[in-house]
Amino acid sequence: MRHIINLEVENSAGVLARIAGLFSARGFNIESLSVGKMDSDTAHMTLVVRGDDWIIEQVNKQLNKLVDVIHVSDVTETHYVGRELVLVKVYCPPSKRPDISQLVNIFRAKVVDISNRSMTLELTGSEPKINAFLDTLQPFGVQAIARTGAIAMVRDSNGKN
Amino acid sequence: MKGAQLIIEALKAEGVKALFGYPGGTVIDIFDRLKESDIPFYLTRHEQGAVHAADGFARASGKVGVCLATSGPGATNVVTGIATAHMDSIPLVVLTGQVATHLIGNDAFQEVDICGITRSITKHNFMVKDPEDLPRTLKAAFYIARSGRPGPVLVDIPKDIQQAEVMAPYPEQIELRSYRPTLKGNIQQLKKAARLIEKSRKPVIFAGGGVVSSNAQEEIRQLSSIIDAPVTTSLMGLGVFPEQHSHALKMLGMHGTEYANYAVQEADLLIAVGVRFDDRVTGKVDKFAPAAQIIHIDVDPTSIRKNVQVTIPVVGDIKTVLRDLNPLLKPRKNPEWLQQTQNWKQQHPLRYSQSGKVQPQYIIERLADLTRHDAIICTEVGQNQMWTAQFFNFRHSRSFLTSGGLGTMGYGFPAAIGAQVACPDKLVIDIAGDGSIQMNIQELATAVLHNLPIKVIILNNHSLGMVRQWQSIFYDRRFSQICLNRRTTCPPDCDQNPDHCPPAYVPNFVKLAEAYGASGFFIDHNDQVNDVLETAIATPGPVLVEVAIDKEENVYPMVPTGAPIHQMLRGMA
Repeated sequence: MRHIINLEVENSAGVLARIAGLFSARGFNIESLSVGKMDSDTAHMTLVVRGDDWIIEQVNKQLNKLVDVIHVSDVTETHYVGRELVLVKVYCPPSKRPDISQLVNIFRAKVVDISNRSMTLELTGSEPKINAFLDTLQPFGVQAIARTGAIAMVRDSNGKN
Repeated sequence: MKGAQLIIEALKAEGVKALFGYPGGTVIDIFDRLKESDIPFYLTRHEQGAVHAADGFARASGKVGVCLATSGPGATNVVTGIATAHMDSIPLVVLTGQVATHLIGNDAFQEVDICGITRSITKHNFMVKDPEDLPRTLKAAFYIARSGRPGPVLVDIPKDIQQAEVMAPYPEQIELRSYRPTLKGNIQQLKKAARLIEKSRKPVIFAGGGVVSSNAQEEIRQLSSIIDAPVTTSLMGLGVFPEQHSHALKMLGMHGTEYANYAVQEADLLIAVGVRFDDRVTGKVDKFAPAAQIIHIDVDPTSIRKNVQVTIPVVGDIKTVLRDLNPLLKPRKNPEWLQQTQNWKQQHPLRYSQSGKVQPQYIIERLADLTRHDAIICTEVGQNQMWTAQFFNFRHSRSFLTSGGLGTMGYGFPAAIGAQVACPDKLVIDIAGDGSIQMNIQELATAVLHNLPIKVIILNNHSLGMVRQWQSIFYDRRFSQICLNRRTTCPPDCDQNPDHCPPAYVPNFVKLAEAYGASGFFIDHNDQVNDVLETAIATPGPVLVEVAIDKEENVYPMVPTGAPIHQMLRGMA
């Protein structure tokens, strides 16, 4: 099963290597990892990990055991907001601009660059939404994709994501 | 105060009674300050010797072992020792020099990324990049090494940090927001455990190295006495329960006793304390303790449910947990179950053949008698280690020092040096094989020059015995590169017949001992054993005793890899 794990970590040298190293050394499967600074001392990470309950329990415990990890929370079973950002460059001669613009509107994406040969689009959303967007663009000719991997935050309200 | 001086002050503040190490370019400043200090320094002949000695010191004393090495090759030479300590949860602080901060990343002379190299084999590691971080970092290193599940912590200190002025004082205490080991067991879990214990009819206590780390041998003995349960131990737990006790089942697992393995396979409750269910213990894991519910007490949550399913997990310091648990238990007797385990003991004791040649097991038994079981016994790795584990009949915690998890050949002798430094009044013996002892034989110089009266018993079978045993049993006697006596003049299809062997073993251990200024003895007949061992023990200074043993002698019983632990090979005896 796919698990979203949020980490609060010391913003120290090598903390990313420690976490990445833990996954490779113990053979855990990591789908994405995103890191961002919270303040001068602390960083936030969101990991997307696949594994059965047994593995996920070990992943959580092993992460907790790392001295630089302040807090581990598996948000999968909670109400959380999960978002990912993608930049995608699509082959787009001027004649195709209306078609692509229509898709941009449907997905509420943004056009961030345009040339005679391509359009670069930005979309934020859940993983399925981003996958759907990319699938839809495929026939036009996708030239490059940059995805951030998921970030997540627990909702205080009772809404679903 | 300069960084180098602060390091010395930190060692003093932490009560470091011995420092093991080796100088080099990036630690000259520390050695310069060391010259002015009264911290005893033990100069080994190789950094690996230093780190194992620090480890032996830690295991024998229960204190943090400290070692100091230079950057580059000095640092890489301590890697095996760090991994050894990590696998066995031994508290170490390893200080390494590093090239100056402005050179880091430039492939400077004697530069390696030792923090990168040791990331997965340390409990934690640090590189100090700002002189003002040095005091706090050293404090954290000692705190992390000794608390929770102990382990090695490496601190990499660039040369310019050692030379810089440090204003911050050495802290008396440290609080780490991201590191707070759980020491007290959850009381609800303990109540559940108590109820489960009450219901069980065939309980077995399985004690491991965590009991040693936590100094909880008394609490284990109380637990066994209150609930009248037999006790088996892992290799790392040997000594926490006196093996002459009627409740003792001795060691569990691949080379454990038949009766311990049978008892665990029959048990309806396994009280696992400070163990991690290593594959050498469980054998085929889904056939391990099939009838038992398991109570697992450990300070490290990752050890719990890592290899086996557990009915009641309890996270906490063993001593603290047992002090809370024992009073919850009703005293009881299990006469039938104990009778059953006694029967297994009588029917399947540890034994060995009396072939007329010197039996290694006999040597171990004689050593146990001659020392009245009151010695610190170190071993190397392989057959020497397993025979010692089986036949010494340990009675005291911290009296058996061995590389359990990593299985590091060459560990025992330098560890004996550390143990002798920690316990100058104790008799310290290293039981070695002819293979292992040669992996750190250079430390004979350290032992002689520091007048450390360690007795090394080399069980010489001219072979890498444990590999030979596997090739003998599982590879149809296709021996490959296990003969340490093989030379170019040997026939390619050597039949392993000792009569055809070249006469002289290389090296001549007795002469080697003498070359280093130690004493050497040789045993090749049973009737010499008592006299020579007695003389060796009574001889002052380091002593090396070479015992010629039969290369066909194997370690039994033995559980083949992948078999359940009750399916043991018994051998010839």
